[in-house]
Amino acid sequence: MIIDKDLVAASATPLVLAILSEGESYGYAIIKRVAELSGGELQWTDGMLYPLLHRLERNGLVEAFWGLSETGRRRKYYRLTPAGSEHLDRQRRQWRVVDEAMRGIPCLAIDPAAQPV
Amino acid sequence: MTNKSNLEERIAQWRQYLRSRPAVHAADVEELEDHLRSQIDALRGAGLDDDEAFLVAVKRMGDQDTLAREFANEYSERLWKQLVGAPENDASSPAKPRHAALAVGLAIASAVAFKIPELFGLRFLEPSADMSFYMRNLSLFVLPFLAVFFAVKRGLPRSGWFWLAVPFAAAGLVVNLLPFKPDGHTGMLAAIHLPIALWLMACYAYTGGQWRPHEQRMNYVRFSGEWFIYYTLIALGGGALMGLTLFIFKAIGLDAEKALVGWVMPCGAMGAVIVAAWLVEHKQSVIENMAPVLTWLFTPLFTALLLVFVAAMVWTGNPIGVEREVLIGFDLLLVVVLGLLLYAISARDPQAPPGRFDVLQLLLVASALVVDALALWAIAARISEAGFSPNKTAALGLNLLLLVNLAWSAVLYARFLRRRVPFTRLERWQTAYMPAFAVWAWIVTALFPVIFNYR
Repeated sequence: MIIDKDLVAASATPLVLAILSEGESYGYAIIKRVAELSGGELQWTDGMLYPLLHRLERNGLVEAFWGLSETGRRRKYYRLTPAGSEHLDRQRRQWRVVDEAMRGIPCLAIDPAAQPV
Repeated sequence: MTNKSNLEERIAQWRQYLRSRPAVHAADVEELEDHLRSQIDALRGAGLDDDEAFLVAVKRMGDQDTLAREFANEYSERLWKQLVGAPENDASSPAKPRHAALAVGLAIASAVAFKIPELFGLRFLEPSADMSFYMRNLSLFVLPFLAVFFAVKRGLPRSGWFWLAVPFAAAGLVVNLLPFKPDGHTGMLAAIHLPIALWLMACYAYTGGQWRPHEQRMNYVRFSGEWFIYYTLIALGGGALMGLTLFIFKAIGLDAEKALVGWVMPCGAMGAVIVAAWLVEHKQSVIENMAPVLTWLFTPLFTALLLVFVAAMVWTGNPIGVEREVLIGFDLLLVVVLGLLLYAISARDPQAPPGRFDVLQLLLVASALVVDALALWAIAARISEAGFSPNKTAALGLNLLLLVNLAWSAVLYARFLRRRVPFTRLERWQTAYMPAFAVWAWIVTALFPVIFNYR
């Protein structure tokens, strides 16, 4: 299943914040966690995560610090800030509303022939 | 083993490409590289060889151009090159902070130097004798410090320091030992010409003693243009600062004028000379040169102005009026035209073939020559009647000096347009001519007072 580009973009921020709410992490591990959580369905272009992380950092939702990897390379870690937690809570509530609304509709298979021309 | 180094090489290439994008800073590349390496390690762990792992990891990372664009969206301010708060690890040499400290130190020193004569009872901005002392010595308060800045920065050899000191010492002796009259014209002329003479002497320090090669002199020309622009900008800022200071202190009933005119303005004007020089040196490779941009803007406008002027003169038949200021006005016109020519030359790629802008440039110089010739014609008769005063002689001498320069430039330009001579001939003519300006400035400063008996 290919997930729509807009949906991927819209879900990126809450997903990253949610993963960071589990504890501090770094880019590569976040990407792996996303793949793991979605069963490999959510595929990001790896590089695009970083501009997103930097934007979150700028907006004060996460904070970054340099540490070392297990092999001794310099590595940039991110952790959630209190403002990030609040933002995540708000986003979760919004997603729940959207999710419940979607569930409220009887699960009809979309029939291409029934679509208006 | 070779395989391993091959992988390193490819990662290095990948890194370098990304690093060359202005919006992606070194720290970002490091972060992305960590990701790439983690990915490669994981893929190799899964059984891929180095090549395959690299290719897959790069593919997953995404297209570098798209990535760079994404960073540029996120950090649009990075596309504006910053002069002062330059990015942390951007090829900065460890020497830079030292030069900044040197510049600030010398700026303060020149501000202090300006205030020292006051200890001996010479008041700044007070009538007659004292004022003319300050006028004549103005450049001596600051240009020696500018020369020292260059000399230290370029590591001038010890013998060079001696040669550098000679003109400054000579200038100090000339303007202070000759019996200038407080309101004499020759004193005023010395005050105007000495800064030019000493500025050209500072070229020796700027080039680290290597003032003969043509390229070095051209660099000094470039430096001078940029310096002038920076100085003007700093002066504008300083003017705003002083105006506001005056205003807000007046609001609480205090008059700040004395402090401003006696201290802030002169000390600021001295110090800004050094600070502007340091900024120009510091930003050399950071920001586009401004002087050529202004040249590019104003060359067409000045050409149009001169052509319309000639047309108006022909149409109306009005002769050029021979007032006192006419010669000075036309001198300034030629200086501007020479400046436009010089900075167009300084920024031009000498290898490029003749283009439209070159034709325009020639048109500018030719029309300036015509206008100036008409002015000289009108003035010549007048001078031969009234005799040579110091002011007239100085103005006329400068006019002829500029005329010769521009006339030969026009000839060379015309020959270049017909592809007879390479463009470098024009450059070389300009740099070869620089000593003529220096010699003239020294003559007016040091010999005119004697010739005209300190009038």
